[in-house]
Amino acid sequence: MIRAAPILTLALLLGPTLAGLAGTVLPAFGYMPVLGRAEVSLLAWRELLATPGLGRSIGVGVLVGFVTTLVSLALVVLIAATAHGTRAFAFARRSLSPLLSVPHVAMAVGLAFVVAPSGLLFRIWGGYLGGPARPPDLLIVNDPWGVALMAGLVLKEVPFLFLILLAALPQADAERGLVVARTLGYGRVAAWLKVVLPRVYPQIRLPVLAVLAYGLSVVDVALVLGPTTPPTLPVQILRWLGDPDLALRFRASAGALLQLALVVCGIGLWWLGERATARLARGWIDGGGRRACDRTAAGIASIAGGALLLVVALAFAAILLWSFAAEWRYPDPLPASFTLANWATEGRRAGALVGNSLSIAVLASLVALALVVGCLENEDRHGRRRVGAALWLLYLPLLVPQIAFLLGVPVLLIVPGRDETLFAAVLVQLVFVLPYVFLSLADPWRATDPRYREVASALGASPTRTLWAVKLPMLLRALLTALAIGLAISFGQFLATALVAGARLPTITTEAVALASGGDRRTLAVYAVLQTLLPLAGFTLALLIPGIVFRNRRALRTP
Amino acid sequence: MTGAPVPDSGLTLEGVRVALQGRTLLALSDHVGPSEVLTVMGPSGSGKSSLLAYVAGTLAPAFTASGAVWLNGRRLNGLPTERRRTGLLFQDDLLFPHLSVGGNLGFALPPTLRGRAARRAAVSRALDQAGLGGFADRDPATLSGGQRARVAEMRTLLAEPEALLLDEPFGKLDQTLRADFRRFVFDHARANRLPVLLVTHDAADAEASGGRVVRIGDTP
Repeated sequence: MIRAAPILTLALLLGPTLAGLAGTVLPAFGYMPVLGRAEVSLLAWRELLATPGLGRSIGVGVLVGFVTTLVSLALVVLIAATAHGTRAFAFARRSLSPLLSVPHVAMAVGLAFVVAPSGLLFRIWGGYLGGPARPPDLLIVNDPWGVALMAGLVLKEVPFLFLILLAALPQADAERGLVVARTLGYGRVAAWLKVVLPRVYPQIRLPVLAVLAYGLSVVDVALVLGPTTPPTLPVQILRWLGDPDLALRFRASAGALLQLALVVCGIGLWWLGERATARLARGWIDGGGRRACDRTAAGIASIAGGALLLVVALAFAAILLWSFAAEWRYPDPLPASFTLANWATEGRRAGALVGNSLSIAVLASLVALALVVGCLENEDRHGRRRVGAALWLLYLPLLVPQIAFLLGVPVLLIVPGRDETLFAAVLVQLVFVLPYVFLSLADPWRATDPRYREVASALGASPTRTLWAVKLPMLLRALLTALAIGLAISFGQFLATALVAGARLPTITTEAVALASGGDRRTLAVYAVLQTLLPLAGFTLALLIPGIVFRNRRALRTP
Repeated sequence: MTGAPVPDSGLTLEGVRVALQGRTLLALSDHVGPSEVLTVMGPSGSGKSSLLAYVAGTLAPAFTASGAVWLNGRRLNGLPTERRRTGLLFQDDLLFPHLSVGGNLGFALPPTLRGRAARRAAVSRALDQAGLGGFADRDPATLSGGQRARVAEMRTLLAEPEALLLDEPFGKLDQTLRADFRRFVFDHARANRLPVLLVTHDAADAEASGGRVVRIGDTP
């Protein structure tokens, strides 16, 4: 059983991805027997290229992807370079970690509630600071250049990249490198950029590429914050899919392939950029300059970091306020009265949707955890370590634009006459849940002293007993964290549920996205709060349970 | 030793060679009788621990090794670690942090000892022998270094090993504790008539073992 785990994991990871891609490629060239077309043609491509505003859709989408990634990476590097080893660093670590569990959509809704013309910021201006008594006539959310979309993405990607960077720092031997550089007379920022960054970047490279790929082809956040006329290409594709005219499916498939090409080109471009930067940086490192505007950098980092935390705090406040707001007129900064009615009227439906979200998430995360444990245990028993290529495979589903293969998956599921079921949703979500569960568990698992295992076998314990009685209990905290991450990833999935399970299995996330385009603010707020609470509950349990189980075991009680 | 009959008691190493990336770390043929101690001395990095790993069957795949290992007439090569009956003691006590002191000892008791009461009695007998009576429900993390070392030794013995493999097990203890614990380990080994294979870089350990000493990894 353990031996089969790696193959099974790979199949579940790559199977839907490759099959989905096939299900996209064939219709793009006119082949889709279910819809009565089985001859190869370029009609779909001609239609796609004739779409009005296509150039702009693509241009804005590419801009959003690159700006988001560059800004997020720059911010993270700046914060780390100026704050490494200070108290502010520990603060950043503690305050940014919980943000990771908040789904993209909830963050986007919160941001919209803050920056929209009738949002919290303008209310504070109008209500407290003497601004006008009417909301300004500005297009801030859904702006044509995607600025709101970029902001919404940066809010999520900065915590993500920051935590990835934190995890990579010890392997880059950052502490000692910094000490050496600083005793040679380098300033804090210069030392970090010249000594730590070149060693740490290769380790965070794949996550950075995943951020780029996500930004280039984002759907859920774009539906909430992105431009509408025309929307970015992935959103346009989703519109075509939702059109009653089934012929548009062919155009959507061609569009999805175009999106895939854009991401491939984008990653290639980023790679060239890395090369160029590395070449330029080498000269800079050789130059021997000891300072790198430490004070300016520290100023920018603290202002940007502070602004980010402030916006996030306001976003959560706005969601909470709206979900309990009764009467809330502009420009009152706070609602005139509060009520439970928003929650009460949504109660039954929300309960059902939470149930759907939970069923998919729990199943997908448990299956993912079992598979990952199987893979890691297999590695222990047969002494094989993964190589770099395997890591790329793990990241593949995170690099291929979701729309490009998810679009083909329902085609596959319909073609063999199978119903859209929970099973299908779990199967597809596994593609996204597995990589994160693996990345989360692999490090603590491999960091466990192998001599515990050797001692257990020397005491006569079989490999199975060693696994259940020694390894798993010792790794309880890491296992629960991996499970919580799996749950959070699953709760946050929009496209994977919307396209595969559709209206049969609506979740809190698909509902929030649906309500974001013109739904009632109070109802939307209720779902955004639920979206934030569910993953948070998972992480809280993952934190509390080991503390209770190991209350009499000092070595395992604290993380 | 090749061709000679294998003694049916004690630990026999027959042309054992361990190499890493083509470089031979050690080559050894020897016999350790019951209650005897064979000390293998070498500087750190000489690969002396890999000898114990080879005997215990935990050698990392990066190493290449050959040669036969016999224990009380049984050939160990090819057997999984859990069926070799080689007790292993490291410099760190490696008590399982999620189990109580008693839980750690109970883990080692063979399944053939049946019944809760009997198993608990065996555990508390072992604790009494180690001068740790009444410690069964304690968290190992609350014990002193010397106490933990003794629990680790008792845990090894409760699994009823047929040989004892010691990987610098006295290295982390301070001088006074060290002599006590050394005596504790060797006395128990003798009482159970176990052959002992000790690797160390400390001459005092070698001397206290009272057995033969083999040096490896020295510059020729």
